[in-house]
This record gives sequence, C-alpha cells and structure tokens, in this order.
Amino acid sequence: MVALRSALVVALIAVGSFFLTVGTIGLLRFPNVYNRMHATSKPTTLGTAAIFLAGFVHFGPGGAGLPSLVGILFLFLTVPTGAHMISRSAQRIGVPFLGGVTWPGREEDEQARPEDRRDRADEELARSEDE
Amino acid sequence: MAAEADLVTTAADAGLVLVAALCILCSYRVIRGPTVPDRVVGLDAIATNVVAIAVLFALKTGRGLFVTVSLVLAIIGFLSTVVVAKFVTEGDIIERRE
Repeated sequence: MVALRSALVVALIAVGSFFLTVGTIGLLRFPNVYNRMHATSKPTTLGTAAIFLAGFVHFGPGGAGLPSLVGILFLFLTVPTGAHMISRSAQRIGVPFLGGVTWPGREEDEQARPEDRRDRADEELARSEDE
Repeated sequence: MAAEADLVTTAADAGLVLVAALCILCSYRVIRGPTVPDRVVGLDAIATNVVAIAVLFALKTGRGLFVTVSLVLAIIGFLSTVVVAKFVTEGDIIERRE
C-alpha cells in the first residue's frame, strides 16, 4: 500500500513536471503575446494541478490533502480569469494579432482593412524573430 | 517503508531542481519580452511555478503546512496579475483621452 502510494506520488510529480516544462517552452517559443498566454495558462494549470494531486495522495484526506484539493479548485478558477484580463488589456493597448486573427464580436475590427493588420502582424513577427 | 519515503524525497528533489530551472527560463521572457503584457504573462507563469515549488517542498519535507503556503502564494499571484492588467489598461485610457 505504501509502495503503491509512493509510486502514484512519483508518477504525478513526473506528469506535473512535464506539463510545466511544456508551458515554459511555449512561453519561450511562441511568436505573440496571445499565443504565449495560451501556452502558459493551460499546461501550467494542468502541471500544478498534478503536483497538487501528488500532495493530496501523499498527505491523505485527513491532513494537508484537503488544502491541496482547494488549491486545484482555486487554480482552475483564477488562472483563466487572469489570462483573460491580460489578453483584454493587451488588445486595448494595441498589441497586434497574427495573420487574419480578429477579436471576437467587433465588426469594425473584422472589416477594417485586414491586409493592413496582417502587415503589422508580419512586422511584429519579423522583429521578434530578429531578436 | 524507508525506501519508498526516500523515493518520494528524491522525486520531489528532482522536481524542485527542474521547476527552479523553468523559473529561470521564464525570466528570459520577463526581461526580453517585447511588450508589457509579455512580461506580465512571464511573471504569471513564474508565480504558478512557485506554487508548484511550495507543494514540492511540502512533499520533500513531509510538512503539510507548506500546502497552505502554496495556497497563499496562488492568491497573491492572481491578485498581482489582475492588478497589473488593470493598471496597464487604465494608464493607456488616460493617455488616449488627453
């Protein structure tokens, strides 16, 4: 029983470390702030939730296991909220989109000269690749 | 019994080293990020990594108190992200209305 629990804890730590690594690689490699946010929020949430689950398995439901479950719930509530706030503020201060991407629900964005916006996005991409 | 406890401690140690290295890699995006939201995203990723570090430290030492510490760190990270996002937006609105 103890061996099974330890094996489960080690497996959950491995899964969590894998997802955190994937999120960091996405943060470093993706070309745009929106893509980077997509890369960090989801895999990082999954990785930290897996490590929280390892804490729940290790400590059991009597001790520090319940705060681990509360932490998973809290992460799944707050990380998408924070990512949404950052993406909205990035769109408001004028960070350009890639390609033909438009902000949902705004007709003036979708009709206002898409080729111009694509040129700006290409310039942004070229600049970030130069760095 | 002792062997399995050593196994968990070793796995938590390896995880701690890996996640600390990931924090250093995220700081590259914080320093070199072309725009301010890039830096905020990098700091948010570092905050989530630090939450994972606290849980791994609780697993390594066997003290359940550090799980509560990780909860507090998660709350502080969420608050700082929302506040910086609001600050960036409000500052730009003030500049546009001038």
